[in-house]
Amino acid sequence: MATLARKDEYADFPVKKVSLYYITLAFVALLIGTLFGPFQAFNYAGVNLYPALEKLLPFIKSYYQGLTLHGVLNAIVFTQLFAQGALLYLQSREMRMLPQMGVAWFSWWLAFVGLVMAAIPLLLNDATVLYTFYPPLKGHPLFYIGAALIIVSSLVTVYLSVELWARWKRQNPGKPTPLVSYMSVVTWMMWAVAAVGLVVEAVVLLIPWSLGWLKGVDPLLARTLFWWTGHPIVYFWLLPAYVTWYGLLPKHAGGKLFSDPLARLVFLAFLIFSSPVGFHHQFADPGIDPFWKLVHTVLTMMVAVPSLITAFTIAASLEITAREKGGRGVIGWVAKLNWKDPIVLASVLGAISFIVGGAGGIVNASFTLDYVVHNTTWIPGHFHLPVATAVTLTHMGLALVLIPHLTGKPVVRLPLARAGIVLWFVGMMTMAVGMHVMGLMGVPRRAWISNMAPNVQGAYSEAASMMVLNGIAGAILLIAATLIFYVIFATLLQSRRLPPAERPEVGFSEAISGPEGRRSVMVMDRLFFWWGLAYVIVFAVYLPTIVRIWSTFVSAPGFRLW
Amino acid sequence: MNKHVIETYERGWMLFSLAMILVFLVFIGYTLSGFAFYVPTAAERIDPTTVRTGGFPTPHVEKVGPGKYQAYVIAQAFTFLPNEMHFKVGDEVTFYVTSPDVQHGFYVHGTDINVQVIPGEIAKVKTKFKRPGTYLIICTEYCGIGHQNMLGKIVVEE
Ligand code: HEM
Ligand SMILES: [Cu+2]
Repeated sequence: MATLARKDEYADFPVKKVSLYYITLAFVALLIGTLFGPFQAFNYAGVNLYPALEKLLPFIKSYYQGLTLHGVLNAIVFTQLFAQGALLYLQSREMRMLPQMGVAWFSWWLAFVGLVMAAIPLLLNDATVLYTFYPPLKGHPLFYIGAALIIVSSLVTVYLSVELWARWKRQNPGKPTPLVSYMSVVTWMMWAVAAVGLVVEAVVLLIPWSLGWLKGVDPLLARTLFWWTGHPIVYFWLLPAYVTWYGLLPKHAGGKLFSDPLARLVFLAFLIFSSPVGFHHQFADPGIDPFWKLVHTVLTMMVAVPSLITAFTIAASLEITAREKGGRGVIGWVAKLNWKDPIVLASVLGAISFIVGGAGGIVNASFTLDYVVHNTTWIPGHFHLPVATAVTLTHMGLALVLIPHLTGKPVVRLPLARAGIVLWFVGMMTMAVGMHVMGLMGVPRRAWISNMAPNVQGAYSEAASMMVLNGIAGAILLIAATLIFYVIFATLLQSRRLPPAERPEVGFSEAISGPEGRRSVMVMDRLFFWWGLAYVIVFAVYLPTIVRIWSTFVSAPGFRLW
Repeated sequence: MNKHVIETYERGWMLFSLAMILVFLVFIGYTLSGFAFYVPTAAERIDPTTVRTGGFPTPHVEKVGPGKYQAYVIAQAFTFLPNEMHFKVGDEVTFYVTSPDVQHGFYVHGTDINVQVIPGEIAKVKTKFKRPGTYLIICTEYCGIGHQNMLGKIVVEE
């Protein structure tokens, strides 16, 4: 009452505020992007709701425009912004130090401006090129420039995280980096190795071409650069969720992490093996030597190992926890976990979907098997498990703890969010069945099959029963998304705040086997060395192919065919 | 539960993971060495603006020996040229495919042919048709507003 100026809720730890800004913007992007999801599921049920959607949102002209928004906002914008907000906060809090705050805000503004710039042509149907924006399809320059700014923002965050880590190391000589901070820094370093391809593609090829300074681009070169980033981006989506699984989940479930050094080893493996694998997205491309395709296949299989270890460690940690609380039986112990905590519920359901998704991923990565499924609905059926279920659910669960923690605003109607999380899981699993099987029947992805010309109608009638599953999944996911987004935004938008003492905590896991006194941990802590090694390997497996393609540069003019 | 018991399981699981990956790799190597002529290779690079003006043969199917054919195919928005091809069971066909505009897919459903058609590349793939029937040719890459209508067919007779 007595104070005139508004109280700054974040004064005690200002990184809270910038983190909140990232997370809020991330969920705004996810809300808009997800809106199109059920419409796409209905499309693959043979039901074309786009004429109705156009009445509601007159600027949406086609299925493909919606799909571009869906891919860009969900897969690129949401995942990156959430990682920027959550990892930066968790690292700062664990180290009890602030990142360079001015730079942190600069990075947020870069992402915001980039997002607005890219959104304009997307909403005007001037960049309906999908989130892979393969040339020679040519979008409006604002789209490429905006996207580039978003990527630059992520690189500024790399700097923030690494600088904070280096400062901590100077002040704590001889001590191992705390686990969550270790995982965050490694994630950002991995991303900095991965992002090289996309940055070169945007700056050297796409932006000059879209502005008319370059007459044509080489489509194969662009694809190769795109997938340099395009596969490891999957780990850039995944690792922030792993941070939650290793660093927070055991604590929130009421127990401990099984092994701290093993968690570090997993992250280090991702730093080294994530990037030199992109050709497994180009098995179907002519112009890339089968020898190099095989090299990437072998490395891709290696990347499966840390994920397999993760599945084991997380399950083991949860089981130990539950048994200590008196859980029994082969499966019965599951009942003893603290399911009320949204981090536990969302992460565990996410992890289950991830195991199914991982098995499918190994099929896709198997060079010679891939031809059966390449660019059929099998592919989106597959990646909605790791990305749209495991990662997205984990982030939603974390947000339901982090938002009240950062703002002091209590979660509005948590049971609705819990129901939404369970429905999301059920809906995604249903959709996955439908899309995988339809893929084997030859139905292509990215196709407005509910709006086919009369002469080709009925081409996929064999898939009719699977289409029904997609329709059901679309309806379930629509309800799930409504519930979850309602809770998140109602929580953010209320004015009520709890007094500081009652605000929920974010708990960091303790480990049964800790890092203290382990030589291996100190070796793994020499991150600049490992980071450099990762660059050496990625250049070694990419440069021969890139140099060869570049030396016979094909200049393909652009087209607007939507 | 005892920590050492878990550590034993853990080591076992890591070994199992590695072994499984190795087995997969051996299978991939085996399929590659045996029958992977459906892995697309590049016949050559081409300036995409010349595809329709003589840089690439006019789309057609050509007999090159008993039961052996070569097919020159253009994938363009939003059709294949030729859009319908006829073969006999047992025919061995080598396809040369390219695009004059944007990327497309050349997926012959029911075979292992699934090519990313990229302007600037002439892709080469080979297959043998073992069963009679109508095989759909499906464009599997987004190429614009009519992408969903980009279908062709191959009819294989006894
Ligand atoms: C309500 C939830 C969702 C539904 C019903 C849904 C449905 C779909 C469907 C049916 C497709 C295939 C479209 C096509 O190939 O033509 C698709 C594509 C895609 N979805 Fe989702 N989705 C949902 C949420 C998400 C989320 C949360 C993410 C990521 C965080 C995501 C990422 C993607 C991506 C990257 C594509 C590929 C776009 C492309 O091919 O260009 N989706 N979605
Ligand atoms: Cu096409």
